Amino acid sequence: MLEINDLHAGIGDREILKGITLKVKAGEIHAVMGPNGSGKSTLAQVLAGNPSYEVTRGTVSYGGQNLLEMDPEVRAQNGIFLAFQYPVEIPGVSNAYFLRSAYNEIRKANGQEEVDPLEFLDLVEEKLKLVDMDESMLSRSVNQGFSGGEKKRNEIFQMAVLSPRLAILDETDSGLDIDALRIVAEGVNKLRSPENATILVTHYQRLLNYIVPDYVHVLANGRIVKSGGKELALELEEKGYDWLQNTGAGAGAGSAV
Amino acid sequence: MSNARENPAVARDDATRDAAAKPSASSVSTRAPDSIEVYREDFERQVAGPDWLQALRKQGMARFQALGFPSMKNEDWHFTSVAPIAERAFRPATRKTPVKRADLDRFNFGEEGWHTLVFVNGAYSEDLSSASGLGTGVRVTGLAQAIKSGSSVIERHLGKIATFEQHTFTALNTAFISEGTFIELAADTVVEQPIHVVFVSDGDGVSHPRNLIVAGRHSRATVIESYVSLRDSGYFTNAVTEIALGEGAHLDHYKLQRESESAFHVGTVQTRQDRNSQLHSFSLAVGGSLARTNIYTSLDGDAATCTLNGLYLTDGAQHIDNQTSIEHIAPNCPSHELYKGVLDGRSHGVFNGKVYVHPEAQKTDGKQSNNNLLLSPTARVDTKPQLEIFADDVKCTHGATVGRLDDMAMFYLNSRGIGPETARMLLTYAFAADVLETIELEPLKKQLERMVLARFADEAVA
Repeated sequence: MLEINDLHAGIGDREILKGITLKVKAGEIHAVMGPNGSGKSTLAQVLAGNPSYEVTRGTVSYGGQNLLEMDPEVRAQNGIFLAFQYPVEIPGVSNAYFLRSAYNEIRKANGQEEVDPLEFLDLVEEKLKLVDMDESMLSRSVNQGFSGGEKKRNEIFQMAVLSPRLAILDETDSGLDIDALRIVAEGVNKLRSPENATILVTHYQRLLNYIVPDYVHVLANGRIVKSGGKELALELEEKGYDWLQNTGAGAGAGSAV
Repeated sequence: MSNARENPAVARDDATRDAAAKPSASSVSTRAPDSIEVYREDFERQVAGPDWLQALRKQGMARFQALGFPSMKNEDWHFTSVAPIAERAFRPATRKTPVKRADLDRFNFGEEGWHTLVFVNGAYSEDLSSASGLGTGVRVTGLAQAIKSGSSVIERHLGKIATFEQHTFTALNTAFISEGTFIELAADTVVEQPIHVVFVSDGDGVSHPRNLIVAGRHSRATVIESYVSLRDSGYFTNAVTEIALGEGAHLDHYKLQRESESAFHVGTVQTRQDRNSQLHSFSLAVGGSLARTNIYTSLDGDAATCTLNGLYLTDGAQHIDNQTSIEHIAPNCPSHELYKGVLDGRSHGVFNGKVYVHPEAQKTDGKQSNNNLLLSPTARVDTKPQLEIFADDVKCTHGATVGRLDDMAMFYLNSRGIGPETARMLLTYAFAADVLETIELEPLKKQLERMVLARFADEAVA
């Protein structure tokens, strides 16, 4: 589904990703872990098409297409979803209006008919339950005045409604208490299917107690320094990131998948 | 001091008070003797009115001639050159084009039942106007007719509220007082239905609508002034509205400036407020090539309150200037002001909000904000909040911001499948939403919301 090959990217003159190679197949969950500043969020943003980042080398193919040539909205219309680490507040636009616009834009792009507000309401009701959110949040402005936990749940709610093929969750677990974490994880697990894939970007292992990944990759200094199965996360929990960073530079290319 | 409303979807440039560079002040004098001579001629040709009106008009003409058109050295016109108006010899507008009732449907907010007065190129049109049951204690009529029937209320107020000592355009309007709306509310009268006054213009002439609203003690009404056009043409509207609010009176006043693209508009709404009276003013400015709106109020009586809100949307080469003035004369008066501007193309917006707190006006509570959104690199705005306080026990804040659409908000919408055009429209609408939200008249709010959405939708496609 997704093939990243020797991806280099950064902001201005600063290179943040220094050669990422990663393959994600349908049905898989990949966890991308690493210390702060390792480039995890940059990878998420670059995959979603944030124009602030410049790709300087490498390729990314998604479903056989050149992902890097697609505008962000085209990526979304083709099934990519990024759950933001810091969801943006948009005062004056209701959640319902925002999400219905997104839903309809994606449908239009895929040759499907748009849904009207009533149909849409039917459709979102069960998704709200999935993340334990009240219907009243639909009429509130997008993320405005939401608590940290509400913002993250709202991201998962949007994901549930837009049902992407490739979901990228950027630090969705950070700042969540254990109940919210469980709700978010349940949401993700329920949406899991053989056709979909998920990339979980996280600093901590605890999310992986609830969402079991097929692969774990450790990012340090813009490179994947180690890849493995779910047991790698536990090892990291035990030893911290230091042992990898210390051996990082040399191990970089060798230990990547 | 700055406490401007936050809108995280809109990125800030530095919160500048004078956003763009000062204009390369043209030294060209905007005093154009020719056009003033033309006004003089037409002034002499007017049909005479009663003596008191003749005297008032004469004062207006004399003052207009003495003042001439303001240059940009005049502090009140620092960012606006009136040369395009001053250099043109506008003759009195004449009613040539027939207007049908159906033509005006799009300006009536889908409401059939409102009491409506229509003026075509300044002249009252009985055919197009429609009266609804206003009840007793309220009089809504054309000004000319009211003057003819000899109302002492008019003589008592006209020209007394909208002072023209320093205001050229008010002086000019005063020189040509003939038609407009007269609204009189007896004490304790509550008018349930809004009163809609529509000025339809076209051609290349000038009209000087003059409106007078006298609201008795504890009366209450909603008045909408619409300035509209059915086809694009370069006419000039020079309107003045005077409002006297008696003790405890409550007026919701909407001024909707939707003139044609090539038109010129100067409109002043000036109010005097007795104790405990309330003025809620909303000013929309979207039309005209050069337009200026002045909303002035004077809080003369204890605990009078005013809310002055406004929205200006500019595009192309439009120049839209908004000036407000709140005089806190009596103590215990709250005043609130929120003006928002969205500027696109090569347009130029101006906001100048003055709040004067006189020495006796203790316990004044004044809050003023002006926020601007620049949609293009060539659009420009000058914002100048002015606070002058001569009392010591007051609470006053003001703030102005100028920003552009936030890249992160844009990307957030894009990442959800919403393309740049729609995203831009949504964010722009969202920027204007909170000031539209203050409109209490529901059909008006709905239509203006649609209008704002459609305006930016059209642009997005272009």
